[in-house]
Amino acid sequence: MNKIFIIIQREYLSRVKNKRFLLTTLLTPIIMVGFIAGATFLSISGKDEHKIAVIDQNGFFKSNLQNTKEIIFSFPENIDTTNYITKGFTDIILIPKFEGTAKVNYIIRSKKRLGLNTESNISDKINEAIEDKMLQDAGIQRSQLDSIRSKSQFAELKSMEEKGDSVQESNAALSYGIGFGSGMLIYITMFIYGAMVMRGVMEEKTNRIAEVMVSSVKPFQLMMGKIIGIGAVGLTQFFMWIILIGVLTTAAQFFIPHDVMQQVSSLQQSNGQIPTGGMVQAGDAAQKIYKLQHTMSTANWPVIIACFIFYFLGGYLFYASLFAAVGSVVNEDPQDAQSLMLPITMPIIFSFIIMSNAVQDPSTSIATWASIIPFSSPMVMMARIAYGIPGTVPYWQLGLSMLSLIGGFLLTTWLSGKIYRTGILMYGKKVSWKEMGKWAFRKN
Amino acid sequence: MNEILRLSNLKKHYASQKAVDDISFSIEQGSIFGLLGPNGAGKTTLLRMITGIFYPDSGNIQFDGKPFDPLNDIIKIGYMPEERGLYKKMKIGEQALYLAQLKGLSRSDAMQKIKFWFNRMEMESWWNKKVEDLSKGMSQKLQFVTTVLHEPKLIILDEPFSGLDPLNANLIKEEIYGLAQRGSTVIFSTHRMEQVEEICNHIVLVNLGKKVLDGTVADIKQQFKENKFSIQLSSLPAEINSNAFTIVEQKGNELIVQINENFMSNDVLKYFLQQNHSIESFREILPTLNQIFIQLVEGTHATARAFERSVN
Repeated sequence: MNKIFIIIQREYLSRVKNKRFLLTTLLTPIIMVGFIAGATFLSISGKDEHKIAVIDQNGFFKSNLQNTKEIIFSFPENIDTTNYITKGFTDIILIPKFEGTAKVNYIIRSKKRLGLNTESNISDKINEAIEDKMLQDAGIQRSQLDSIRSKSQFAELKSMEEKGDSVQESNAALSYGIGFGSGMLIYITMFIYGAMVMRGVMEEKTNRIAEVMVSSVKPFQLMMGKIIGIGAVGLTQFFMWIILIGVLTTAAQFFIPHDVMQQVSSLQQSNGQIPTGGMVQAGDAAQKIYKLQHTMSTANWPVIIACFIFYFLGGYLFYASLFAAVGSVVNEDPQDAQSLMLPITMPIIFSFIIMSNAVQDPSTSIATWASIIPFSSPMVMMARIAYGIPGTVPYWQLGLSMLSLIGGFLLTTWLSGKIYRTGILMYGKKVSWKEMGKWAFRKN
Repeated sequence: MNEILRLSNLKKHYASQKAVDDISFSIEQGSIFGLLGPNGAGKTTLLRMITGIFYPDSGNIQFDGKPFDPLNDIIKIGYMPEERGLYKKMKIGEQALYLAQLKGLSRSDAMQKIKFWFNRMEMESWWNKKVEDLSKGMSQKLQFVTTVLHEPKLIILDEPFSGLDPLNANLIKEEIYGLAQRGSTVIFSTHRMEQVEEICNHIVLVNLGKKVLDGTVADIKQQFKENKFSIQLSSLPAEINSNAFTIVEQKGNELIVQINENFMSNDVLKYFLQQNHSIESFREILPTLNQIFIQLVEGTHATARAFERSVN
């Protein structure tokens, strides 16, 4: 036991002390935020401008069609599909005469192929114009309709979930976010840390230290020490991220004006009711912050975090030993690793696909079974747990899933240990899956 | 003398062939023992069984008078495999400390011993260097130090001098003698015969998984001698004619003679004494281990087997 601990210590410290570890831990959240911001920025800016000539045989679009920043409609004379480009337009729309409400196709011809966004914007504008025309014909003003619409928002759906004696507020969007987020995180970390284990084993083998090591410790101790050490690195990284998120959100509050925060806390006290005639009037910003905080509070965070840690560790242990086994049979050629990894990466990718369906519909039988079978349970169960225990996931399913995951990783570790033991001392030969199977099921 | 190690009828088979096929021998404590054999003869498999990496299919190993128990006895063994290996990215001091701790030394004990050995081998200034910055000879020295650091009773060195310059090779050789004098037993696996002749007391030669020779270097040479003598004369007689011997080779005034059956070396001397030629030297020519090795191994298809088996 003592030797395993020494190995864990080395595997852990040699990675955590590395500057690269600190850098990736700090940079990953920043890069992720940057990526989202960048994508948003790109989707907002950088659209081309479209000058569209409209040939309308109904005669009412001229007064109803509204321009946007990028899309400018005009109704020039003497224009057709042969000369619109020379006259400086990028596109031309031909709208035939409408016959009542019978389906009609109108055609847009363009210099360049239209983007998906532009296309739907143009069709929205045209439909809006038709809608305006119909409202006018019915004697309704658009502004009237808009004000009715916004006033009608006073009614709000709140979904409540049975929780034994009490009911609790639930939020499908939040569940989706948590389920998908944690499933995704497990998916990514399984690959990152699994590959890290595999590289570590390959390093020991190609540096020929494996033989020196196994003359002091049992191969199984060497493998487990590496797996546990790297798992601990993963947990350290998670805790650092949690702390980082905590610090960042606290820091963010300092940038929110003081009076807004006061409004938020008064909203909290009054349970979301806007105090009428009170000292403080809740502004729009305060309401949004309160709503966010309130939504976040509907999730059962302690259970979710505890389950996340369990499924992260269970999934990691389940797959890490398989990655270690693959690393142990690879020779100098990294391409061998690629082909040997495939049977391990396939179930991971497959589980990801099931997981992304399970977050939308957590109670299908595929989702249920996939959340119990240890190959896929770490990701799929996290997707379902977000929808609530024991509402969506009964206790027996959770228990069965956890037990089978523990049994699963004991089994994969045991089999991998046998492959590993033979593999790390074997040089020069390409090993097939059949041979690995033989090693795994060999006695002693 | 105590036996530190006794192997009885050890067998280890791989799928395709018998890597070690019924080998028995014993090693005395404090001796320097040579395990010889061509590539692929089964030396590495044998050593891996002695170090507890492999379990024998049958047969047993007695270590220090008791049945070998890999879990506990492993710390009394130091093994330097032919394929040297160290963590390239690790600092040298940390590496030595890590390996020593895995051999069961406490941190403070390990530190003390590392300092002693680093000082002795003039390696103190390397402490914070990484292994990847060392030359081959330097990492060889480090590997040797990590092997013997925990003062094992049994030290197993597989080709310890490969890659060392004569100066460092000598340094390591002296250390091996010193360790043996202080009571450690050294098993020395190699196919460099001149080193074996120089260092080892006792050798075993394996080929094709079987033991073909076992004994002290002197005994083995006696066993393989061909009754050849070299005789140096001040001048050669015009004609040599004797029943006692036949001339094998002639180099200037030196004759190499082979003594015929039923005669002794004295008969050669007698002949030349009678001829009244002054004899300047007379000595027996013993075969070198190298010659014995080649004689025994040649023609046994050992190399073909080595090729087939390199994977196991």
